[in-house]
Amino acid sequence: MRFYEYEAKQLLERHRVPLPKRKLVTDADGAAAAAFDLGGPVVLKSQVLSGGRMKAGGVKFAEGAGQAKQAAAEILKLTINGLTPVGVLVEEQRTIAQEYFAAVTYDGRAKRPVIIFSDMGGIDIEEVAEFHPEHLSRTHFSALHPFSDHIAKQAVAAVGVTGNDLTRLTSIVAALVRIFFDYDMTLAEINPIGRLDDGTIVALDAHMDMEAEARRTHAALLQQLGVPESDNRQARPPTPFEIAAAKVDAADTRGVAGNLTEFDGNLGLIIGAGGGSLTLFDAVRAAGGRPANYCEIGGNPSVAKAAALTKLICQQPKVKKIAVMMNVVSNTRVDIVARGVIKGCIEAGFDPAEKIAIFRIPGSWEEDGFQILKKYGVDYVDRSVSMHEAARRAVAKMGKR
Amino acid sequence: MPAMFIRVDVDPAVQANAALCKQLVEVCPVDIFRPDGEGKVATVEENLDECTLCDLCIQAAPGQVQVIKLYAT
Amino acid sequence: MSILIDESTTFIIQGITGREAVTMAREVLDYGSKLIGGVTPGRKGRAVHGVPVEDTVRAFTERTRVDASVVSVPPGFAADAVFEAIDAGIKLVVVVTERIPRKQVAQFVEYAQERGVRLIGPNCLGIISPGKSKVGGVGGANTERAFKPGKIGVMSRSGGMTVEIANSLSESGLGISTAISIGGDAIIGSTYAELMPLFDSDPQTAGIAIYSEPGGRAEYELAEYMQSSGSRLPVVAFMAGRFMDEMPGMRFGHAGTIVEGKADTAVEKIANLERAGIGVAERIEDIPRLLKERLGEGA
Repeated sequence: MRFYEYEAKQLLERHRVPLPKRKLVTDADGAAAAAFDLGGPVVLKSQVLSGGRMKAGGVKFAEGAGQAKQAAAEILKLTINGLTPVGVLVEEQRTIAQEYFAAVTYDGRAKRPVIIFSDMGGIDIEEVAEFHPEHLSRTHFSALHPFSDHIAKQAVAAVGVTGNDLTRLTSIVAALVRIFFDYDMTLAEINPIGRLDDGTIVALDAHMDMEAEARRTHAALLQQLGVPESDNRQARPPTPFEIAAAKVDAADTRGVAGNLTEFDGNLGLIIGAGGGSLTLFDAVRAAGGRPANYCEIGGNPSVAKAAALTKLICQQPKVKKIAVMMNVVSNTRVDIVARGVIKGCIEAGFDPAEKIAIFRIPGSWEEDGFQILKKYGVDYVDRSVSMHEAARRAVAKMGKR
Repeated sequence: MPAMFIRVDVDPAVQANAALCKQLVEVCPVDIFRPDGEGKVATVEENLDECTLCDLCIQAAPGQVQVIKLYAT
Repeated sequence: MSILIDESTTFIIQGITGREAVTMAREVLDYGSKLIGGVTPGRKGRAVHGVPVEDTVRAFTERTRVDASVVSVPPGFAADAVFEAIDAGIKLVVVVTERIPRKQVAQFVEYAQERGVRLIGPNCLGIISPGKSKVGGVGGANTERAFKPGKIGVMSRSGGMTVEIANSLSESGLGISTAISIGGDAIIGSTYAELMPLFDSDPQTAGIAIYSEPGGRAEYELAEYMQSSGSRLPVVAFMAGRFMDEMPGMRFGHAGTIVEGKADTAVEKIANLERAGIGVAERIEDIPRLLKERLGEGA
């Protein structure tokens, strides 16, 4: 889950990373008051979980309270990549002499955490890596053995930084590593880090991602930061359909029937498991189909859970038919899923034979599953029909667009 | 909604055996049996369709419990 | 021959009394695998499907040869279980558990490397050499039909798709030498490229099928291996999740499956695999055909 800039900066502050004076506000009057309190020129930044804020007009500069009020009003109205800001961060505006970049993340290939550091901060780091590789260092370190600050020093010195900047940046990068470990981050990034005209070094912007699975471990921290449990922090806010599906999944611990993402098509999908869902979603689209949703079932969900998800999908007005498809299953049972989807259809007031375009789940207990499907007149196929062919047949039943 | 896929028939003779009633409640992984409070056993309508056909109840009370697949007819 | 495991491989299951592990124990025993016991702290003296349960891994390694361990414990206990297996001297550890915090995965992966231990997973279904043994739940109760002995090695980031691909290879007559569900996490113990040398030196294996997804760099590593190693094996890949290219920042499927940069996308990965001479199948059913073409066999 991604943190807003103002939250990430609170974490940096806890680890004594120097920051500009700042205040989070949620309305234009608040911005005016904050600008007055900070004194002098300020920068106002939209608090959205998206990059490219500057380009989108989500960052504005103001000389005083009046201008700040005007700028905040504009920023609060502006959606960026479909996201509405939760507030505006008002910060003192400083003159920057030099910008740096620092990030800590996992390198899946090296299987180690890595510090990425550059003395070309403020621009796209992929661009630096491609065109100015000598300005970028990658320093892997151990997740197993204690972290020592000299590793951070190595990362900074590797791009040629020395003098006061080296020692100050070393402690900032070391703090970033500690934040990364302490809060189970998958990414902890400060970009840019600025050296001001008076020689001090401060973190100007920050991007942090915590592993979703670690949310429970850090419940106390999230509470202090005011992050509600329902706030999923995906790249876009969840739709009511997605929220309802998440409730279905959470209500019953037996197996998975959820991870639903809404799309704007008319073919409801009940697909699984992780890799099977990715494969089948592609297959439906390749056949010219328009899915109403992505989802994942697996881990042998209960009949009630499969039924609840099916009912929810069938109840969406845009869903004309549903397709129930998985790879050859090992622990999920064909008969249990068949019972669930038929029940869900009927509970939603539909005839399974009409509503289910195709059922393609071969594997464990398929004999019983196929018996059930036959009795209810559902069109089913066994493993001799491939996932792609099953998807094609489902799409063909949807008729013309 | 009544069970659509599974019916479980318990022989009345089982009800006279409190220990067996208790055992049926314990062995079922999907809680199809519940104690009725008087040493007897009752079936839970909303759990019948969750039956995994594991046969543990049939093994506990051979010939006295029948699990019927309503879809097999 | 096969890789990593064969009919003589002895192993234990850590967490054997758990719901899924009990089922796995029955299935591997039914398949003929040499499961010799299991570990659940506090349950010493019990048995699961006839194999003994102990409190510690050492209770087994002190008295007998244990080639491998399958870790199937809740995520909060998984790292400790892996450390225990490594400290007890087990050289092959298969981690089935999913949702282990990434920091802990990085820690036990590093520890395994330091101790020369082969780690498979986490978030995987295990390893199978059809007709010989399976170590993990891959294939479930109906393993024989999907996994026929043969000459193709399979590596997959998805457990379910390991079975689907194996099934298509079995139906085509090519069959499977060894199939490995390598795991769906961002950090895994053994990547495609790290397992390739084992397949390269296995005389039973004539070709490789892989299942891949957006996110991570494992497919790039494989492409580099194919270009630099002089591998004798033709490789065919299937790439799922092409739709994700339009949805950066959204996570689908597995923990490691997210598009964060251009190199994570399906399109970039496919282009890179093809440049390395790896065939990329549009559909699962194309995998056997592409392999047969590369093996000089008519479809």
